[in-house]
Amino acid sequence: MIVPIDLLLLFFLLIVGIAALWVKDLLAAIVLTGAYSFVMANVWLQLGATDVAFTEAAVGAGASTALMMACLSRVPRWEK
Amino acid sequence: MIEWVTLHILEKYNFWISMLIIIIGLSACIVKENFLKKLIGLSIFQTAFFLWVVSLGDVGRNILFTWGLKTQTPPIIWKEAVENGYIYANPLPHVLMLTGIVVSAATTAVALAIVIRIYQLYGTIEESEIIEKEKEFEKMGVM
Repeated sequence: MIVPIDLLLLFFLLIVGIAALWVKDLLAAIVLTGAYSFVMANVWLQLGATDVAFTEAAVGAGASTALMMACLSRVPRWEK
Repeated sequence: MIEWVTLHILEKYNFWISMLIIIIGLSACIVKENFLKKLIGLSIFQTAFFLWVVSLGDVGRNILFTWGLKTQTPPIIWKEAVENGYIYANPLPHVLMLTGIVVSAATTAVALAIVIRIYQLYGTIEESEIIEKEKEFEKMGVM
């Protein structure tokens, strides 16, 4: 583990997480959730958890984002 | 004092940041009106909790003193690693959280199906509008 990279990734995690909850456009929020999952996969590589990292990249950033997109095609796009 | 601060606060920055993200996700789960936003907050909360548990199995935490002289490796043991005294991460929390990620994807899928059903029934996914429509339905005697 390299400390500056770890701190930078955790800072990105915080920023992307807040941004995903802050935007009013739900499509942008879902894409930001996928970005959050990718940053989290990198954090897990830093922690030495390689298996969790590629499960997160496949399930969290891939399948979960696709399911949310499929749900968004049936509900309104903008949050009030 | 300096040693205590380093041991309990600076070295455990993973724990502090994961607690911060847990607070953000849980508050979004409570405060947000939109159901999809609630689900995004829930998934952020789950991932932050997984980060906390995986950090418990992290053994390379004394790096602020040594700056990477003895960092941990992924839990794979080979001959040179044993001879050179490498330390490796505890694999038990990794396995538990692997199960947790899959379960969280399944719960997200079921919750999204319920959101679609709610939209078909009420025509909106905002919580306050759904409560108003429920009162209207009660007056009409539908539900």
